[in-house]
Amino acid sequence: MKSITKLGAVSALSLVIGASASFAETIKIAFIDPLSGPFASTGTNGLHQFEFAAEHMVNEKGGVLDGDTFEVVGFDNQTSPKESLIQLQVAIDQGIRYVVQGNSSGVANALTEAIDKHNRRNPDSRVLFLNYAAVDPALTNDKCNFWHFRFDANADIKMDALTDVIVADENIKKVYIIGQDYSFGKAVSAAANKMLGEKRDDIEVVGDELHPIGKVKDFTPYARKVVSSGADAVITGNWGADMLGLGKAIIDNGFEGPIYTYYAAGSGMTAAFGETGKDRIRLISQGSINPIGSEEARATYEAFEAKYPEGNIDQSRIFNTIGMLAAAIEEAGTADDVVAVASALEGMEYESMWGGKLFMRPQDHQLIQDMHVGVHTDENVDFDFDNSGFGVVNESTIEMAGMDSPTTCEMKRPE
Amino acid sequence: MDLILVNIIDGLVTGLLLFMLSAGLTLIFSMMGVLNFAHASFYMLGAYFAYQISLALGFWMGLLIAPLIVGVLGAGVERYGLRRVHQYGHVPELIFTFGLALLIEELVQFIWGKNQMPYFVPDALNFSAFAIAGNSIPAYKIFMIFTSLAIFIGLLFILTRTRVGMIIQAALSYPRTVEALGHNVPLIFMGVFGVGTALAGVAGVIAGPVLGTFPGMAFVLGSIVFVTIVIGGLGSLWGALVASLLIGWLTTFAKAYNIAMEDILNGIGIATPENLDSNVFRDLWSITSPQIADILPYILMVLILIIRPSGLFGKRHS
Repeated sequence: MKSITKLGAVSALSLVIGASASFAETIKIAFIDPLSGPFASTGTNGLHQFEFAAEHMVNEKGGVLDGDTFEVVGFDNQTSPKESLIQLQVAIDQGIRYVVQGNSSGVANALTEAIDKHNRRNPDSRVLFLNYAAVDPALTNDKCNFWHFRFDANADIKMDALTDVIVADENIKKVYIIGQDYSFGKAVSAAANKMLGEKRDDIEVVGDELHPIGKVKDFTPYARKVVSSGADAVITGNWGADMLGLGKAIIDNGFEGPIYTYYAAGSGMTAAFGETGKDRIRLISQGSINPIGSEEARATYEAFEAKYPEGNIDQSRIFNTIGMLAAAIEEAGTADDVVAVASALEGMEYESMWGGKLFMRPQDHQLIQDMHVGVHTDENVDFDFDNSGFGVVNESTIEMAGMDSPTTCEMKRPE
Repeated sequence: MDLILVNIIDGLVTGLLLFMLSAGLTLIFSMMGVLNFAHASFYMLGAYFAYQISLALGFWMGLLIAPLIVGVLGAGVERYGLRRVHQYGHVPELIFTFGLALLIEELVQFIWGKNQMPYFVPDALNFSAFAIAGNSIPAYKIFMIFTSLAIFIGLLFILTRTRVGMIIQAALSYPRTVEALGHNVPLIFMGVFGVGTALAGVAGVIAGPVLGTFPGMAFVLGSIVFVTIVIGGLGSLWGALVASLLIGWLTTFAKAYNIAMEDILNGIGIATPENLDSNVFRDLWSITSPQIADILPYILMVLILIIRPSGLFGKRHS
């Protein structure tokens, strides 16, 4: 039923776009993320949010420039870097100038290299990479390039904010770190070890391990190790089915403390945790949903829920990405010259409807923004996730997190 | 040391769950010679049906009804699909079940979407049965153990001690003779296929709340089921049980203890190279058992195939 309405909405949308194409251009945005496989739900929900943000924030308000509209085109990369490069080529061949991707830093690393190479060789068909969720710090450090912009806080900035909250809790003396075995999981572990050590040297890291990504059937053995280590708190960067499996196993098998996470909300996960996760799961995120950041944000969220009754705005940075891209295109006066658009994005200050200011740091193209640490609960929830009655409520806010965080980026700008 | 006991229990749960899946698969294979690639998809259907039923009628009705629906669907697949494809040989059969697996995944996504389903353990079992050194054993796990054991004993009893089992076993070796004695062999095949898929359904109903109910759940378990029946010996119920438990304990213990390859190599008398970072075997030296836990069953399968091609309990092909 849901899919039929969706199909109707999409075809109506394409009719509208088709009808308006006669007098205005369509600016296509390639969404390269998993739409099948174990992480399909994360990718699909991201795509919905992009489509909605483009429609609600840009197209319905008359578009950009002289009525140009945004169109988000989904490309399924099955979370594979190799497949992503193929999809990137398909997107470029279709004349697409803007690529958004976020799920898996492994994929983002492959894309940013490929795009850098492509742009150097093909000055006539350059593309911009708007990374909305891949948070491996290397992307805005050693591997930074002019074409890559990150709208999510990187793993170091998030961990800085998270560890601020953890060290403030006197009851936490032992911490267990666990994550997925790839660049992002390793970055989380490295940052957690370093920052906990700097901020409170009496905190002991009693466990630090990585598990294969997307392959673990049952997390029980890992949960046993967490419990028997005597940890007071767990830190994990897991996402998708890995987050749910790990979280459920840890709680079911007798762990009592808080679990600090990056991605344990929305996409069915909040509903699947339900009562078991209450007051246990803590989550770092940008943009405030409970309490909602502004009246505009409230209206946006309500419109989204009306269109996708089963969906959530669990990645408010997607709306920031679309908003800032539209602003940059307006400022550049063109959508075709991506160098001009990128230059407009550099150093841009933008007022987010989710509350707080956004600043695209020009040195490394890392967006600086407020970070919130919230708790999974069913109390004081204005906007729940998954229609479950449970949502994330802010407990603490770190303003302009990581404003002065160091970067090793040495960016070469095009002539 | 308490952890060993806990891990034995955890491995038992994992193994028995795997057994419920592979029992159905191996039963179907021994009867019909069909490797059913869609077997794990019936497991997924079991979980989704049970979730949907539990919304209206509660968990226990789901446990009762969902496997029945899955079994009827399975029987239907045999009657109107496999039986027609069968005359063209084994390869079309394989392709048919492979296509069926993809179709079921798409259908599930179409009806339920791609998200995780909030399918929970029933309240009656949502407590900690007992704890060993701070590690609580959920009552649900005990329930899983007893359900799987009951199914195993039931199957064994029917196959070896009853008239139905006798006819089934006879139909396996001498279908024409059995038919000549007045038994309806196609009907027996349909029944076995239905029961086999219903077993997968039961596994889904029980595993859904613990391992998560999502469209990728069939994919995650799909290949390990085949590994299990190959290790156990195609067609052997005992083999399926032993192989399932072996895999359950093997992966659980590999994940639970961080055994480093370096320690093993040192243990057998190979010294760690001085400059490890520039050594070509660096990755080999730094590998730990949790990292390779999930490929250990595949390694075991290859070893078994080399040493004993028919599997642990498999009968030699005549």
